[in-house]
Amino acid sequence: MNKILPSILVLALLAGLPLLSLPEYLLHLLITAFLLGLACTGWAMMGRFGQVSFGHGAFTGIGAYGMAMMWNLYGVSPWIGIPISVVLAAAAGALLGWPCFRLRVVGHYFALVTLAAGEIVRIFVTAAREITGGSLGMTPHLAPEAAFSAMQFSKSGFWWITLGAWAIGILVWHLQNRSMSAQALSAISEDEDAAASIGIRVAWEKLKVTVVSAALAALAGALMAQYRLYLNPETSAGLGISLQIVFGAIAGGMYGPLGPTIGALFTIGLEEVLRVFFGTGLIGAAPLIYGLLLVLFVLFMPRGLMGLFESRRHLGPGKSSSTKTPQRVGT
Amino acid sequence: MNGSATLELSGIQAGYGDFQALFGVALRVEPGEAVGVVGPNGAGKTTLLRVISGLLRPKVGTLRYGDQDLTKVPAHLLPELGIAHVPENRRLFPHLTVEENLKVGAYAKSARAEFAKRRDRVYDLFPRMAQRRHQLAGTMSGGEQQMCAIGRALMCAPKLLLLDEPSAGLAPLVVQQVFDLVRRIRQEGLTVLIVEQNVAQVLRVVDRAYVLETGRVAAEGKSAELSADPVLRRSYLGMH
Repeated sequence: MNKILPSILVLALLAGLPLLSLPEYLLHLLITAFLLGLACTGWAMMGRFGQVSFGHGAFTGIGAYGMAMMWNLYGVSPWIGIPISVVLAAAAGALLGWPCFRLRVVGHYFALVTLAAGEIVRIFVTAAREITGGSLGMTPHLAPEAAFSAMQFSKSGFWWITLGAWAIGILVWHLQNRSMSAQALSAISEDEDAAASIGIRVAWEKLKVTVVSAALAALAGALMAQYRLYLNPETSAGLGISLQIVFGAIAGGMYGPLGPTIGALFTIGLEEVLRVFFGTGLIGAAPLIYGLLLVLFVLFMPRGLMGLFESRRHLGPGKSSSTKTPQRVGT
Repeated sequence: MNGSATLELSGIQAGYGDFQALFGVALRVEPGEAVGVVGPNGAGKTTLLRVISGLLRPKVGTLRYGDQDLTKVPAHLLPELGIAHVPENRRLFPHLTVEENLKVGAYAKSARAEFAKRRDRVYDLFPRMAQRRHQLAGTMSGGEQQMCAIGRALMCAPKLLLLDEPSAGLAPLVVQQVFDLVRRIRQEGLTVLIVEQNVAQVLRVVDRAYVLETGRVAAEGKSAELSADPVLRRSYLGMH
């Protein structure tokens, strides 16, 4: 039953990848995919309990721009700026979530509220062009003489940071899975009134998971920006990244800790394939294919790619039926 | 709490927006007693239970549990105080197994450490649930679901059990079985308040009952007296 040793072993193996002198391009894809995987893991912590957010781009955006603005405007090192902007994003999650959960904004309505939230952050970033660079994007100042404190590393250095952050996400998932909150949330996702009647603090439990989920998305967003050393309202915030996170989590499967990461790997792989095939020849082809695949996944593979590897017996707590997932994901 | 009622309501007025459902209801449940609240549809039975379990705040009136003012206690803390609510239509979590339903029943902080012990007690009390522990709750029969819902409520080790329409939607034979469960629970020393439309059945289980009519208590008394009351027999029991 001891999962700690194998986990450390896998992590060590992954950490050793740069030593194999992989092509830079492959390492680049892995970094991107694992950072997206971190965001998807955070998303799935809510999503698997029926709290579907189309606005996690708001949190990646706050994480990215918070970090970059602190560095560019005040010279705050990303090592400090990232934790601060993660806290800011968590606070934004609380601010968004609390009224929703108190007023019982659930299902489609919750999805719409979050959708708007993601767009608000994107529009705000675009509008505040004096400090954010607007739609032209923003480049964190380079600091070659102080690369460590500026968190500006080579690809392998960044791979290790990515891996550390990703491992935090997986750890948080496990902690959630073992906690009473997971039980409470699965009860809430089935019937909020019944959950309240047995003393579950419905709004509070939903708020907790939203805050944690927002924080993980923000961490991913900030690291993504720091890795690319380029921020753009379209790619760091807003609907595009929100949908990418949703797609990754659903495609990979939300009911095991590795599902969202598998989904992220698939998403990034697909993106590259589409880019190579279509290039700029067919603008709009990629979102179309995403949308189509999303529908197909929800209909035919509600447990995602990970569902292919699951044995029937070995399901997570409260997830003993595969028939329920379509409705849950769809709402 | 010696001498004081487990639960005491007086002058309760409550409603939804402009609509008033309860007009000064008074009710008392002594420790160890089983009390029924009966009445036709729309009499305010469920509203009364919602008031007691903190889901609806009364506009006027007092609501005491032991020496505590319940109108000031948030609903989610009631299980910690020993009040468990079995909602109408059971409201199980259909896609969780029986055991998982019991597990969320032990959500209250004070109950988590006691989970295994209490689960075993529920299984002792309802052996059927032990057989079905890994079955999805939604796939069981109505009577078994009611059993599971009561078991879930027992997980917070309540002193007072509130049952809302335990017979709703069940076949007559199963209704009898459910009331047998209530008898068994009473033997465990629990205080029980049942809201029920099935007057004939509930009067066989409870010590006393209140008859609610359009938000007012129309009659109250010992079960035996009420079932002998000619007016009540005619209006509720369909007997002449």
